[in-house]
Amino acid sequence: MNVMKKICALIVDDSSVMRKIVERSIRQAGIDLAEVREAANGAEALGVLKEQRADLVLCDINMPVMDGLEFLRQLQTLDNAKNIPVVMITTEGSESHVVQALSIGAKGYIRKPFTAEQVKEHVVPLLENEK
Amino acid sequence: MKTANEVTTSGKVPEGWSPLLELATREVFEIMLGSRLQPGNGVAPVAGDFTAMVGIAGQLCGLLTLRCSAHSAALMASKMLGAEIKESDQQMWDAVGEIANMIAGNFKNKLTGMGDRCLLSVPTVITGTDYSFRSMADTGPLEVTALFESVPITVSVEIHS
Repeated sequence: MNVMKKICALIVDDSSVMRKIVERSIRQAGIDLAEVREAANGAEALGVLKEQRADLVLCDINMPVMDGLEFLRQLQTLDNAKNIPVVMITTEGSESHVVQALSIGAKGYIRKPFTAEQVKEHVVPLLENEK
Repeated sequence: MKTANEVTTSGKVPEGWSPLLELATREVFEIMLGSRLQPGNGVAPVAGDFTAMVGIAGQLCGLLTLRCSAHSAALMASKMLGAEIKESDQQMWDAVGEIANMIAGNFKNKLTGMGDRCLLSVPTVITGTDYSFRSMADTGPLEVTALFESVPITVSVEIHS
């Protein structure tokens, strides 16, 4: 059931296969995607957000060039994008990573491997808050 | 559960880690590929056309490798993407690397207290079988060979200080 407006999502992961899986999981979660943007690392993602809008960011942590935690830090300096909800999707599932990510602005944290149901649990409430 | 120091001083990987590596591997294949691995009872470890490597650094240092045939790599990518992937497709490399990455993370998080104390590298994937591999491991490899769609794959972890 589609419960929200169509959204634009930015998926940040150095694996193109994983970006496609994340996109599929969002769709399976019943979230209506108007558009999907992709970035292979945090620096690319910041570049996208400087130019284009997004309603949601799903971001890996371990990436070359700029990792997901540094991306979160630098996102806070972008006035036009700092309030976009960011959910981390990563293999780095330790408690300290979760605490660190949440403390610098992430709104959710999903550990890989993950199911579409987990994406739904973490993302839908964020989007409902945005309505 | 033994600590990393106990591992490196004893020169042996704790016995309890083998089932955890097997479980970590099985979970990744079930959740991300929708594929149930079968036990590879007695099947020899795979040399593999594809070798994906993920480094582990911190209190526990080492290397996790996933070795498989090109056919298995293509099948993994196909199952992950829900579309047929040919054996020449670049997405095979990406898929195999990402699976190794998830197995490494899942395994690390199952080791008591280790999730917070070590980090993973981004994966590297090499192809071909004509290479020599030498890690700085203090222990013999912890190795799991299982059947993925009836074809063996091998996941190996080598630990060093």
